[in-house]
Amino acid sequence: MATGIRDKVAILGMGCSKFGERWDKEADDLMVEAFEEAIADAGIEKNQIEAAWLATAIEEQHVGKSGVPLAVALRLPYIPVTRVENYCASGTEAFRGAVYAVASGAADIALALGVEKLKDTGYGGLPQRGRGALNSMYWPNMSAPGSFAQLAAAYRAKHHKKPEDLKRAMAHISVKSHDNGNRNPKAHLTNKITIETVLEAPTVAEPLGLYDCCGVSDGSACAIVTTPEIAKSLGKKDIIAVKALQLSVSNGTEASHNSWDGSYFATTRVASKRAYKEAGIDKPREQIDLIEVHDCFSVTELVTMEDLYVSPEGGAIKDVLDGFYDADGQIPCQIDGGLKCFGHPIGASGMRMIYEIYLQMQGKAGPRQRQKTPRYGLTHNLGGFPHQNVCSISVIGRHGE
Amino acid sequence: MAEEKDVGILAYGAYLPRLRLARKAVAETNAWFNPGLKGLAKGERTMCNWDEDPVTMAVEAARDCLSGRDRGAIASLSFASTTLPFEDRLNAGIVLEALNLAPSVNAQDLTASQRAATSGLVAALQMARGGAGPILMVASEKRRTKSASPLELQTGDGAAALLVGTGPAVAKLVAHASRTVDFVDHYRGEGFEFDYTWEERWIRDEGYNKIVPAALADLFKATDVKPADIAHFAMPCVLPRVAAGIAKKAGMPDTAVRDNLHAVCGETGAAHPLVMLVDALERAKPGDKILVVGFGQGCDALLFEATEHLPKLAPRLGVKGYLARRKEETNYGKFLAFNDLVAIERGMRADVDKQTPLSSLYRNRRMLTGFIGGQCRKCGTLQFPKSKVCVNPNCNAFHSQDDHPFADTPAKVQSYTADRLTYSPDPPHYYGMIVFEQGGRVMIDFTDADAATVDVAAPMRMMFRIKEYDPQRGFTRYFWKAAPAARQGTT
Repeated sequence: MATGIRDKVAILGMGCSKFGERWDKEADDLMVEAFEEAIADAGIEKNQIEAAWLATAIEEQHVGKSGVPLAVALRLPYIPVTRVENYCASGTEAFRGAVYAVASGAADIALALGVEKLKDTGYGGLPQRGRGALNSMYWPNMSAPGSFAQLAAAYRAKHHKKPEDLKRAMAHISVKSHDNGNRNPKAHLTNKITIETVLEAPTVAEPLGLYDCCGVSDGSACAIVTTPEIAKSLGKKDIIAVKALQLSVSNGTEASHNSWDGSYFATTRVASKRAYKEAGIDKPREQIDLIEVHDCFSVTELVTMEDLYVSPEGGAIKDVLDGFYDADGQIPCQIDGGLKCFGHPIGASGMRMIYEIYLQMQGKAGPRQRQKTPRYGLTHNLGGFPHQNVCSISVIGRHGE
Repeated sequence: MAEEKDVGILAYGAYLPRLRLARKAVAETNAWFNPGLKGLAKGERTMCNWDEDPVTMAVEAARDCLSGRDRGAIASLSFASTTLPFEDRLNAGIVLEALNLAPSVNAQDLTASQRAATSGLVAALQMARGGAGPILMVASEKRRTKSASPLELQTGDGAAALLVGTGPAVAKLVAHASRTVDFVDHYRGEGFEFDYTWEERWIRDEGYNKIVPAALADLFKATDVKPADIAHFAMPCVLPRVAAGIAKKAGMPDTAVRDNLHAVCGETGAAHPLVMLVDALERAKPGDKILVVGFGQGCDALLFEATEHLPKLAPRLGVKGYLARRKEETNYGKFLAFNDLVAIERGMRADVDKQTPLSSLYRNRRMLTGFIGGQCRKCGTLQFPKSKVCVNPNCNAFHSQDDHPFADTPAKVQSYTADRLTYSPDPPHYYGMIVFEQGGRVMIDFTDADAATVDVAAPMRMMFRIKEYDPQRGFTRYFWKAAPAARQGTT
């Protein structure tokens, strides 16, 4: 019987670049920016890192294939470097690789770094790219907003919600995230917005308007992980540990079997249940203090609150409008501004979420620091489309608690 | 002659695109250049959606023709068009795969003349008389015309299909006659995009008025039927009063002259004799004599007699049904853009390389062209695509699936969007998850969709359409799309 990852691995240091339209930077500049913060935080030398994982999703966009771009950017000393890609959940995959390496004893100290340089496409939104020889011949000509927008149609139909009520809750989500991003200097978008701005914005993919969609940015984030024992030996107090790390991947059931109704993420429900079990959480609504979800679109965040078993099924609209997930609510969601304000440099996003939880756990989140220091923080990193995706969930807490 | 009575039309079908371009919109834009266009500004013409071409229309007309009929017996397929999307690739082969006809079916393209369909029909009837039937004769046309040309206003896009053979015919062949004359009223040379046309008065006087009467004289010599007995005279001609004049001169009743559908459709090129024939069959009573003429470097004339089987034919849309499935388009700019007659800014998202991996297309042609999925022998679950492992989470059996066709299965929308970000020649792009009535589902492109017809639970019908056109390599790739079915009548 597997014992899981709980408390086996500690986060020694983390770093996160400024996210945004970094017109003057290459991907390696961003990697160095995130890494320098992390290594200073960890208080170790570069040559103490024994293995590394690089997350980048659209390698043809900038960084290139393989682990080489990371090894070259940091001049790593010929250690194992693995490049991972798992759609938009790639960042958490790199983290998982490093954490498992430490947990297995294969490495004492490991590095996970995610990076994406998206702003060299010449247009807004994610780049158009190939989907595989056969997929391209039968998948619809869909965009990310177009595929996620369909959640709204199915969710409304299933729960008998009025389009305007759902739209208003979605708008509340975006307004809340911009309020939070306003207090985060590393965010791409730091402006506050109003409900009216969201509701009156041009349509991208019905019913998603411009402000229902996250931005597209350049950025990098990284983590250095080790065992709790080594962390202690390096003088770390209040050790931040990984409580759970779960990944669930669609097997085609949602896409091809009529048991899925299109209104939720089957993967998120599986991964969150497993993560709660691994972390020892049985009442997520009461026990979790902080959530960073994959808010690529406002509607994604809304339905995810139910898939994480925090809001009751059909109850997310009420929770959102009641301010349950606001900065001063019971469980702040996207306290850092989320994908909404950071944008979504694909490989970096999952790691950026963990970075915020890590800061909050240590009371280092500046003007957006929670009054009550959180006990459990959850990150939810999603990739793909609602009908076919990968979902990565991590639970972060203090070692031994 | 006794032999000829043994063959005829076993079934008919048609397809006309849903979009109807108001001619007024064209004339208003172009009359500054050619004021004469104002005289052609009445009515509307059929107009292909951006994802339709002669192949997709041929498939739909054939499906209409084969409504309620087993396709297994078909022995041969002929596809007539002067606007085939491929100059070297059997276009009929695409139609064959889309209809899931057996590889043993002989298929051929007939082209290079406006009477390709009627000549093909004569040949098909002769072959069928020799025992080679049933033969599916499909004609389809989407003529490419210059902006501000009269032809742009005179033509329409459309297709028709006839199943011919021995057995219970809805209309039996009575007689036929053909003439071949190298009369060049218009032509399109190799490598040229557009037709070059000579003077209308000469075409009328030296062409129609001399060539057609000669063929009709031959035809009436070969039968006891008299011109006065003709109930339906179906002869396409865009020139005014020519068909009526020929009918009168030959001694046919004025009432026999069938409307050339100019007001509602326009002339569908090589397909038009068959479109008009189908229109006539839809109006005919048993015993009616129907004379159809195809003109182009000579002419073909075929005389049919409707039988008692005609009213008993299974329901289909035909010309009437597809004329009723209509959406007016008053934006001439859209017509120009759909037909690549204007350099439109398509945006960077249109830049994506659309190369088709031919080996993969071939390997998956049953799925992609035939829309064949799978059914699990163990649990019965229908699924698309067909896969090695059953998708039913309570089954997951390996190697358990038989072919299952989905093209004719009704479906409903589970979720959808109208996407303004992704590139589409006709934004917003509609797509979504559709669920088939007997099981199975697919996330798929929609076509002929708009806010008024698409919603959760809206009924959908699969249609064969262009998935991508690769402008770098001239390759058209096809797949199936879901179209709103609510207003589509019987099929």
